[in-house]
Amino acid sequence: MSLDAVTAILAIPALAAVLLALLPGYWLTAYLNVLAALATFLVALSLFFSRPPQGAYLHIDDLNNVFIVLTTFVGLTSSLFSASYIGHELENGRLTPTFLRFYHTMYQILMFAMNLALVANNIGLMWVAIELATLTTVLMVGIYRTHEALEAAWKYFILGSVGIALALFGTILVYMAARPVIGEGLDAMVWTTLVTRAAEFDPALLNVAFVFLLLGYGTKVGLAPLHAWLPDAHAEGPTPISAVLSGLLLNVALYALLRFKMLLAVNPNVIAPGPLLVTMGLISVVFAAFMLYRRRDIKRMFAYSSIEHMGIIAFAFGMGGPLANFAGLLHMTMHSLTKSAIFFAVGHIAQVKGTQQIAQMGGLTVTNPVLGWGLVLGVVAIAGLPPLGIFMSEFLVVTSTFAREPLLAIVLVFGILIGVAGLFLRLNAIAFGEPRGAVAEAKASYGPMFAHLALVFMTGVYMPPAMVAWFQNVAKLLG
Amino acid sequence: MRGISFDIAHMLAGTLLLLSFLQLYQDRLYALLNVFALHALALALSVAWQAYVQDAPHLYVTALIALVFKAVIIPVALHRIIVRLGIHREIEKVVGVGTAMLVGMGLVALSMVVMLRVTAEADPLAREDLAFALSVVLLGLLMMVTRRNAVSQVVGFMSLENGLVLAATGAKGMPLVVEISVAFSVLIAFIVIGIFLFRIRERFDTVDVQALDTRRGERQ
Repeated sequence: MSLDAVTAILAIPALAAVLLALLPGYWLTAYLNVLAALATFLVALSLFFSRPPQGAYLHIDDLNNVFIVLTTFVGLTSSLFSASYIGHELENGRLTPTFLRFYHTMYQILMFAMNLALVANNIGLMWVAIELATLTTVLMVGIYRTHEALEAAWKYFILGSVGIALALFGTILVYMAARPVIGEGLDAMVWTTLVTRAAEFDPALLNVAFVFLLLGYGTKVGLAPLHAWLPDAHAEGPTPISAVLSGLLLNVALYALLRFKMLLAVNPNVIAPGPLLVTMGLISVVFAAFMLYRRRDIKRMFAYSSIEHMGIIAFAFGMGGPLANFAGLLHMTMHSLTKSAIFFAVGHIAQVKGTQQIAQMGGLTVTNPVLGWGLVLGVVAIAGLPPLGIFMSEFLVVTSTFAREPLLAIVLVFGILIGVAGLFLRLNAIAFGEPRGAVAEAKASYGPMFAHLALVFMTGVYMPPAMVAWFQNVAKLLG
Repeated sequence: MRGISFDIAHMLAGTLLLLSFLQLYQDRLYALLNVFALHALALALSVAWQAYVQDAPHLYVTALIALVFKAVIIPVALHRIIVRLGIHREIEKVVGVGTAMLVGMGLVALSMVVMLRVTAEADPLAREDLAFALSVVLLGLLMMVTRRNAVSQVVGFMSLENGLVLAATGAKGMPLVVEISVAFSVLIAFIVIGIFLFRIRERFDTVDVQALDTRRGERQ
């Protein structure tokens, strides 16, 4: 295989992982980590302009191009954030240098796995990549080796593997459905071949396959009845990993679901996958919104907010149609950017306060103005207030739903409003009022956080026509 | 080709299912591991038979992996872990044996109904295999749910994986990539679990997952 851009976005993280496993020293490795992420991002950007031809294993199309650029971008900013965050963790002794080396290696392996899942043209390969991503994140969640971290990692591991196992069963069923039409062997697992011939597949088999895929990958997305691992994993791992989990890994799992949804859309005789996604999405939104109220741990609270937003995104894609798909894509992008920005802020806040308990935080806008106002901005953005990007995408989801299914739209709006109120209630306690808890100077890098928020703001005010055209095109692809 | 080859494949898959049931009511860790080794052995035979019937030599590799890795190495390793940790041999169950067996039977009936109905047009061998495979997967899940002990949850997970391998090999001509990766991911999964077990041991002197369960939600 010659070295083209697609190979490069896999090769760079893979090589970096090896290098980081061998090299000692904190600053050197943190720097290398950022450098590798930057290189991957630049190569991913180049995909917009020239694409290598599709192969039997890897391919690039309009849909995964968006995901890849988003993934590598957040990967880059998270690595910047991680450099300052992890430095602090080393100072206060929560991490030892050995574990640091391990952490950086795992970070790059995770980037590799997510990129592989996105560019894979083979449904088996995609599954392997998602499994690899799950395993690396399990290890990262357990890295602090405290009682809680181990419990979270174990829970994540067990639930994640069960989900992954169900997804594999679904993948096998898709192959079974494809085999009589396409023939035995590799071709019957190649995505680009599958989607052109899906109309001839056995509908009953595809139905069952999709149910398994939905349960399997749905677990990884964190949709409501299957979400149990998500809050623990977010709360106990290192914060850069919470940012990557929320901002990226959930998207990757959703991407896998969307691929199979497209497959089903081609076949006229199968069940419509939309209503299933809509139901799970709505349950997630309403459930997570109520769960926001009694949270005492700040990272856990934002983890529930991630469940809520993944619910909104799944809902939008489930509704389907050009407008709802467009809104879903936009919301996904905005949510990734905003949520990782919030986690960047939260990570530094937790370091300043020495705890993740909300009760021991207060008056942040007074004690640490930049951090405090950064968090306020982030929460305002995630709550969907105008003129930020999430307002626009939520508005589009809601209006397009009102036009078609007013009842569903009412439930959705109800869930969103409950969630917003819950978030602001907590934000008020954290950001304003009497300063509470430890007061310390934050040794933070604010760049990544404000870069994300600026992007979200810009999109809310003015979306570049090229981006609109691109998203519209992808929305049409999704059917 | 309905005939002796079908009957043998059927019998082997059936054996696998039967062994899944056997696992369900074992209440001692050593016995559980022995049954799991048998389970893996039955899987290896079944995969080897598929390799012979389908004339697909690469499946012999999968069979060999099942035989060496799952039927020998893992049970032995887990055995040693149990000895070294000196954990209590009784397995604590969430529900009683009777209930678990009844639920198990319900799950098997469910998977038969679902799979036989949707695969009406597939060839009979693949069809039966798939129905059995789903049963084994669901029983593995049931075992993970009904056990509190980390080791037995791991065994449940591995018998679930066995069901997946059965399904993958039953699907004729499924590319090799996947089989190897399945085996490989089991390996990785096992390493992960091994690390976890030792860490858990380090911290709490127990591998009873219930000891970890203090945090569930945000109890304070």
